[in-house]
Amino acid sequence: MKLALSILLLLLVAAPGSAAPRTMVIGYIGQTRMPPLPLGPLDQPVSDDGLQGARLGIADDDGTGRFLGQNFKLEERVLKPGEAPKDAIASLAATGVTFVVADLDAATLSQAVAAPVADKMLFFNSRAPDDALRQQDCRKNLLHTVPSRAMLADGLAQYFVWKRWQRWFLLVGPHPADQAMAAALRRSAARFGAEIVVDKPWTFRPANGRADTGHVTLQTEIPAATQVGDYDVLVVADEADEFGAYVEGRTALPRPVAGTQGLVASGWSAVNEEWGATQLQDRFRKQAKRWMTAYDYAAWLAVRSIGEAATRLRSLDPAAITAYLRSGDFLLAGFKGQGLSFRTWDGQMRQPILISGPRLLVSSSPQPGFLHQRTPLDTLGIDLEESACRF
Amino acid sequence: MQVLIAILLSMSIVAGPAAAETIYVSNEQDNTVAVVDGASMSLSTTINVGRRPRGMAPSVDKKLLFVAVGDDNRIDVVDLAKRQVIGQLPSGADPEFFVVHPDGKRLFVANENDNLVSVVDIASAKVIGAVDVGVEPEGMAVSADGRYVACTSETTSMVHLMDAGTLELVDNLLVDTRPRAVAFSPDGKQLWVSSEIRGTVTVFDTTSRAETGKIEFEVPGIRREGVQAVGIEMARDGATAYVALGPANRVAEVDTKTLAVRRLYLVGQRPWHVALSDDQKRLVSANGNSGDISFIDLENEEVVKSVPVGRGPWGVVIGP
Repeated sequence: MKLALSILLLLLVAAPGSAAPRTMVIGYIGQTRMPPLPLGPLDQPVSDDGLQGARLGIADDDGTGRFLGQNFKLEERVLKPGEAPKDAIASLAATGVTFVVADLDAATLSQAVAAPVADKMLFFNSRAPDDALRQQDCRKNLLHTVPSRAMLADGLAQYFVWKRWQRWFLLVGPHPADQAMAAALRRSAARFGAEIVVDKPWTFRPANGRADTGHVTLQTEIPAATQVGDYDVLVVADEADEFGAYVEGRTALPRPVAGTQGLVASGWSAVNEEWGATQLQDRFRKQAKRWMTAYDYAAWLAVRSIGEAATRLRSLDPAAITAYLRSGDFLLAGFKGQGLSFRTWDGQMRQPILISGPRLLVSSSPQPGFLHQRTPLDTLGIDLEESACRF
Repeated sequence: MQVLIAILLSMSIVAGPAAAETIYVSNEQDNTVAVVDGASMSLSTTINVGRRPRGMAPSVDKKLLFVAVGDDNRIDVVDLAKRQVIGQLPSGADPEFFVVHPDGKRLFVANENDNLVSVVDIASAKVIGAVDVGVEPEGMAVSADGRYVACTSETTSMVHLMDAGTLELVDNLLVDTRPRAVAFSPDGKQLWVSSEIRGTVTVFDTTSRAETGKIEFEVPGIRREGVQAVGIEMARDGATAYVALGPANRVAEVDTKTLAVRRLYLVGQRPWHVALSDDQKRLVSANGNSGDISFIDLENEEVVKSVPVGRGPWGVVIGP
């Protein structure tokens, strides 16, 4: 006993003084997903979406860490389809992990943050845009680096209002996620003074436009589906990417298409090369041999947030890092032109929303003229006063 | 005739050094260097250079202008008398900013994509050395005595101090998030580093490497995220420093002794870099978003003129 105690003491004494670099192990938990059927021949098939972003974050954290004696390591867990996250969380906790990048859908994420050991951990939601996770289902142990649907819709709405494209035709897919996106868009329209003049569900079965003569069918179906009164812009809510891309160039009236396809609102896009983003995109492409997606970016933000906090504190102490992340002082450089921080009321990272076309960046919201008493970034998403989150 | 000559002579004397001054501005979106006449404050011509010109510096004899053309992975050499590119230097990949060593023989170049500082021998046009630094090296500075070269790394948030002779890193100092520019005080005793995301400038003692001060910039009516410190220019007498504040559309004048911000000049949109005239009476800012440069009369403390120069003005150099 005495021996054990003295060894323990020795370890305790040796640790702070030792010159050896200290290591922070960050957890990553993802899910095996059915790769979506590529809608177009140029679409890149991606199977490690999110994970590659987390890995790049570790490399970037180590960039500063190597000068400060801080090491960063990623402990990866990928759930099989239908697998509950409980065991993976427990195994991460057993390896001493406090911070976990949760690249999970909303239902699995809710299970993860409620796991028995999860109370002592801090999760970074890098996948689920569901507003409920920031509202009634919010958790003290959960931050969000991926933008909420409300933020995406607000970013898009501000751009349309700035353009004076104020009359929308909302075309909504059949899935719950599409309904949720449509709800967010309706909220944004009301908030920023746009009008939804047509609100229609998409009722056709997903067609395979890549079949020979597939375009013939679409050329008949889409004009019929879009045969409505006048509007400025067709806003499509199709998160599963089943039909939205078929709409552009085929509408009954010649109108732009935006939303989940066409002009897209997202936290990140491979087309962004402003604000120094070229370097991030280049690094990512070198590592992953593909373009960086919005999920890669959200996972990168999570890992970089931890690294940035460790840099500023010159410490790997999880409690100190957690406190610092939530403090008003935290600010992360995210290649979107201004510092990013976490909202105190719901743990959401405030950030600009990119508006992108297929080849180029079109704009970035908040738009000029949308003002806020704290920061224009808080014109995007659920604000303090309307938040239903109670930790 | 004699009278005319006398008048001409007297004019040139009255106009002083400003008359002989030329301002060079790199337009990163136009792939040109704009040449602006200092006396008339008007655009004289533009020189075509490689793709995405940003960092610029004159040769020690002021006859050449080196221009980092990042997308072409090289440095273009402009003959200032001929006003055209007469050659190229290697730079390592994606050069953004660089400094000419006081020995006149070497360039120290930040390779933004490769986390390196490359050392280029001008005479032989060869890369003769490379130093590993942090992620996304950007700002470069060299001390007046030539002993130290400093480099910022944007994502690592550090300033790296290296020995210009041995090319070894002397120290790596943590600074505020996303550092951009670095400058030595004229006596070499201080190192100033700007942070884009924090909107601050941190001052270090070069010898002890201790942080001796921090400057915060408050611009009335502009939120914290909108004030971003980028380019730094030090007055020759060491008493004043000028800091471009990016999206705040201001250039700050800082008392280097008290670190107090004396005044803010409203310039064009998104000033990246600033340069002082040889007589130290005028400051020019290159304004990235409004496509112009602003002339600031430092004696009368006012912005006197803005001159359109092209798309995406970034670097600015004032020469004879």
